[in-house]
Amino acid sequence: MIETKLPFDQQYVRSFSTERNEPDWLLNVRLQALAKAEELPLPKPDKTKIDQWNFTQFTNHVVESAPLSSLEELPEAVKALINLNEEQKNLYVQRDNTPAYLSLSEDLKAKGIIFTDIFTAVREHSDLVKKYFMDGVKVDEHRLAALHAALFNGGVFVYVPKHVQVDVPLQAVYVHERAEALFNHVIIVADEGSKVTYVENYISTCETANSVVNIVAEVFANDNAHVFFGAVDSLAKGVTTYVNRRGITGRHGRIEWALGLMNDGNTVSENITRLIGDGSYGDTKTVVVGRGEQIQNFTTSVIHYGKHTEGYILKHGVVKDKATSIFNGIGKIEHGASKSNAEQESRVLMLSPHARGDANPILLIDEDDVTAGHAASVGRVDPNQLYYLMSRGIPKEEAERLIIHGFLAPVVNEIPIESVQKQLIEVIERKVK
Amino acid sequence: MAVLTIKDLHVSVEGKEILKGVNLEIKGGEFHAIMGPNGTGKSTLSAAIMGHPKYEVTKGSITLDGQNVLEMEVDERARAGLFLAMQYPSEISGVTNADFLRAAINARRGEGNEISLMKFIRQLDEKMAFLEMNPDMAHRYLNEGFSGGEKKRNEILQLMMLQPKIAILDEIDSGLDIDALKIVAKGVNEMRSNDFGCLIITHYQRLLNYITPDYVHVMMQGRIVKSGGPELAQRLEAEGYDWIKKELGIEDEVVEQEA
Ligand SMILES: Nc1ncnc2c1ncn2[C@@H]1O[C@H](COP(=O)(O)OP(=O)(O)OP(=O)(O)O)[C@@H](O)[C@H]1O
Ligand SMILES: [Mg+2]
Repeated sequence: MIETKLPFDQQYVRSFSTERNEPDWLLNVRLQALAKAEELPLPKPDKTKIDQWNFTQFTNHVVESAPLSSLEELPEAVKALINLNEEQKNLYVQRDNTPAYLSLSEDLKAKGIIFTDIFTAVREHSDLVKKYFMDGVKVDEHRLAALHAALFNGGVFVYVPKHVQVDVPLQAVYVHERAEALFNHVIIVADEGSKVTYVENYISTCETANSVVNIVAEVFANDNAHVFFGAVDSLAKGVTTYVNRRGITGRHGRIEWALGLMNDGNTVSENITRLIGDGSYGDTKTVVVGRGEQIQNFTTSVIHYGKHTEGYILKHGVVKDKATSIFNGIGKIEHGASKSNAEQESRVLMLSPHARGDANPILLIDEDDVTAGHAASVGRVDPNQLYYLMSRGIPKEEAERLIIHGFLAPVVNEIPIESVQKQLIEVIERKVK
Repeated sequence: MAVLTIKDLHVSVEGKEILKGVNLEIKGGEFHAIMGPNGTGKSTLSAAIMGHPKYEVTKGSITLDGQNVLEMEVDERARAGLFLAMQYPSEISGVTNADFLRAAINARRGEGNEISLMKFIRQLDEKMAFLEMNPDMAHRYLNEGFSGGEKKRNEILQLMMLQPKIAILDEIDSGLDIDALKIVAKGVNEMRSNDFGCLIITHYQRLLNYITPDYVHVMMQGRIVKSGGPELAQRLEAEGYDWIKKELGIEDEVVEQEA
């Protein structure tokens, strides 16, 4: 039986917050959240039982690491993610819980863009952070959300002022070296009429680990704003991950997600886009590879509140060995969201007879005047495709590799930073081998 | 000079015998055409030569320059010099035409001897121009969303890029408009040399107006029942197959009636 008593108490949270000079409002949020974490149940991802997973037990809540004096100090695998030659980098690197490197171009600074670690943001832009912190994901949704708010110990804050268009991507790299607990909080705010691209990587540099990762990312595309959010997660085996990426759109706001979920440990990933404003748009593209004995649950949901909203979900997953991957796709149109369109497609490719893959497309529609559609399939590599490629001289393994890469291409091709795209291809290569 | 030799070939699909003793020899420099009514085993013959896993050879032999083709995997057959332009080419999403072709060329050349990107692009551009293909086709996903005619043209592009010893073209003319037909024929004729032999499966004399075969064979009920020169194709176009059936005393197979 898994221990459910929380390992950290009010006193700990109070001193943790005080040490970081956090404003009172945040300390209060943390304390209230901690109390709720004790009462609230775990989330219930459809078709995966997680009550025996360890989300709460760890001995050390933070580890201190040294900031980087140069990016050259990073391990090769991490360096490969970064364009080291670029002069004006827009880059944040975090080593476990420590903000280790930050660079923002003069141009973006001059335009009033905020791109900084979450602790600095809390101190320097308290009101702004307060407005958005745990507004996309609510503290009382379930135990893991509450625990996250109480214990968050890393992350980044991005704010793009009204009508500012950022043409270069902002990149965040979260390096997991030895932390037992990473509670990362990411906030992206694109204010009215602005535009921004943010790409994050979670990467473990240790082979295996016994760690708890609890990530919340809150993305706000205010009226007429446009956010592109790319992510590649590649946390090691032994890391139990809960990751919740949430988007909220204003009128004619747009959020596009491209997520490469490549963790090697058990993972619950939730990605919900709430299309609040009329005429807003949400597009979620996800690729996933499951291997070994890992169990993963991916819930992607677009919820339509505004009229004339459009929501698209595309998920492609590969499952091999004895891995289990559950794909839940939910398109929900609330009453009043007339003239909206909800589309989704989930495809699962099974590479082993012992793998388990499950695609569950769900449409929940509470409005007449809408359009919606879904397609889902679970299958194996098409023998005719294999035959076709082999008939041109390509050996079987290479042909399979081409088919798998092709299958995952719709998301891989969307990643806007070349080095990250390359890394995603490499991780896929490693995982499907 | 390459020789593909097929002797007394019997092939079953899902337990049903389709080919019932096919004999055929194709040498470098020769163009053969096979004609015959629907469902008589023409595509089955091409699939058996290429090694499609569903088609089981129960008797007979296929050799390429004396090597036993039946012992080879599909990819080995291709690398040995066989090529099949398929009646229904597969679509492969996410893999660009160019990437696919480069993988196929490099598979033949082997590790350490890969074609340079420059050289590859030059060859590809050249062949695509020759086949009057839109350059965009190189970067589109393999056959995905290609029209019927575009798929056929893409098969010929592969033929020209891969330069096999023996090619089988299964209904390369179906679905082509008259201009496309001429271009496809131009591609095949461009391949003509003493090092290249070709088996053309078609229903129509029309294609053979542009690609002149040295031999024409008629397949019926899983056998080659008649062989001749180009004039045989003309007679088939004019008179159909009934006269052959009559001449050879072939009865139409009784179609089993479902109760
Ligand atoms: N994969 C398969 N599964 C079941 N039956 C098959 C398969 N392939 C071929 N057959 C059967 O074998 C017979 C010969 O088919 P084949 O495709 O070789 O004919 P064909 O001569 O190429 O005809 P067409 O001119 O229409 O292309 C047909 O009765 C067909 O239904
Ligand atoms: Mg056929």
